[in-house]
Amino acid sequence: MIHWLALIATRLLRLALVLAAVAVVGFALAKLSPVDPINAYLGADMVRVGPEQRALIAEKWGLDLPAQVQFGKWLGSLLSGDLGYSMTYNAPVAEVLAARFKTSLPLLGLAWLFAGLIGFVLGVLAGAFPGTWIDRITRLYCYVLASAPTFWFAILLLMVFSVGLGWTPICCAGPIGVLPQDVTPWQFLQHLILPLLALIVLGVAQIALHTRAKMVEIMQSDYALYARAQGASRMEIALRHGARNAALPAITVLFASLGELFGGSVLAEQVFAYPGLGSATVAAGIKGDVPLLLALALFLTLFVFTGNAIADLLYRVIDPRLHGEVAR
Amino acid sequence: MSEAIDIPAVMLRSTGLNNRAWTLLAALTGALVIASVAMAAVLLGGFGIDADFTTRLAPPSLSRWFGTDQLGHDMLARTIHGLNVSLWVGLIAATISVLIATLLALFATTCGRWADALVSFLIDAAMGLPHLVLLILISFALGGGTAAVIIAVAVTHWPRLTRILRAEILQLRHADFIIVSRRMGKSWAYIGYHHFLPHLWPQLLVGLVLLFPHAILHEAALTFIGFGLEPSKPAIGVLLSDSMRYLMAGKWWLGLFPGLCLLMLVLCFDAIGNGLRLLADPRQEQL
Repeated sequence: MIHWLALIATRLLRLALVLAAVAVVGFALAKLSPVDPINAYLGADMVRVGPEQRALIAEKWGLDLPAQVQFGKWLGSLLSGDLGYSMTYNAPVAEVLAARFKTSLPLLGLAWLFAGLIGFVLGVLAGAFPGTWIDRITRLYCYVLASAPTFWFAILLLMVFSVGLGWTPICCAGPIGVLPQDVTPWQFLQHLILPLLALIVLGVAQIALHTRAKMVEIMQSDYALYARAQGASRMEIALRHGARNAALPAITVLFASLGELFGGSVLAEQVFAYPGLGSATVAAGIKGDVPLLLALALFLTLFVFTGNAIADLLYRVIDPRLHGEVAR
Repeated sequence: MSEAIDIPAVMLRSTGLNNRAWTLLAALTGALVIASVAMAAVLLGGFGIDADFTTRLAPPSLSRWFGTDQLGHDMLARTIHGLNVSLWVGLIAATISVLIATLLALFATTCGRWADALVSFLIDAAMGLPHLVLLILISFALGGGTAAVIIAVAVTHWPRLTRILRAEILQLRHADFIIVSRRMGKSWAYIGYHHFLPHLWPQLLVGLVLLFPHAILHEAALTFIGFGLEPSKPAIGVLLSDSMRYLMAGKWWLGLFPGLCLLMLVLCFDAIGNGLRLLADPRQEQL
């Protein structure tokens, strides 16, 4: 019990440190940017605003203060729960984050789940029968698709299914002109399917290759040889011994790959104009919406860190040999 | 598990070339393809960059394999120019990344405990954000453009390699010749430069080549979403984001070929990296 508490405490401490580092570096990077926040805010109205009004805006936003004071103020309001105001979406950052996360969650969650399942099954089969056609096809698929640019693959999907065949809509998370709350589940699914497919097809590769390597190792182990001597077939060994032992590293890889999954979703959401966290990140970066960009960076750090922490803890829960061992 | 009983790996091909020969052949082919892309880009000169309004949006044909775009550019020439841009960005970014990774790994292993802890924390922090988001942040800070992309890609690709190199050196620290060198009164700095660094060369070379694909893909992605190279440059990311505008009109060739060529380029680098790894460490890659 003490071990677990110590483990979680060190994790939390590390999280706090990483978050602090991201906050400092993120803020410094945003300050460094040549994008002028007032110009970004004004947009086309820039020409109609005189220097006096600019000075007023700068004063109101605290832009005339030294950078470290600005950082202090930002951090202070951050800690009190105020994430700031997003100019891009004309809404408080917290609201934007919540709404976007709600749209992204089905996409990310389902992609994660299916990529994991399919990748694991493919990896187990390929690793249990190395050199056979299923192994060759799996490896070819993984090597090619692990290198394919996500956004290009998404464009191909659009070309084939939306433009060529006309089966799926061309963009967004619901029909154009329909409010998000009025979209029926069926319509939502129809809009979700292509970005989801893009993420799954590309996400399978890593987990399959990893599981395959592990399976090959297991199939050559002493206990697999022993089971073979007892008359178990290759398939039986693969399912009884292989899949179980390979599950652990697979789960770890899966949880640790949340960051990459999000990276893929940024590109997929951009291609399909899917209004999730990914497209919000791009919009915030392009429009110079600093509060939103920084809040997203912190949120995603938390997201990725949670994934890694879960992977680490699961490892210890599932593997009895590691019970209660304190992190190095 | 058991290292005493070395069960031979399953023989994949009983006839013809063995695995090793195949890998090296693939590596050689990859190198040839990359060299010819770089050559072709030089030979093409302004072809594919200057507009030709007589042939706009022509579909692929025998004379124009990849078709033409909205300004009448030949897409094959444009794609080759784009790949060439990718190659340069990749080369600069991968070299800088390998340099950073080497310095950090040597620093972590030769400058004491706190240095090691610091480097570990840096790795943690850099890997704490999704990579693409970090790239967006840095490009935003630098205001976008070619230089911004190169810097962003260069300063974010070191963590994984640093980890590998650090683990390698930590293992090396217990080798007899290092211990002897220590006993003879050599400083860690001396050992780092004269023993660790020469030992790491193969790793560094493989790391450099295998960083290329990541760098190239990230450059293309950044450019595609609008942070990267100027829209006037024939980069693959620009070509693909242009193709999005003609997608609904059914101009499929604008999107298909540049991406396919980018994929081929990446696979070439993977092949070379695998070949080099095989040469550097023959015990690996047996499966």
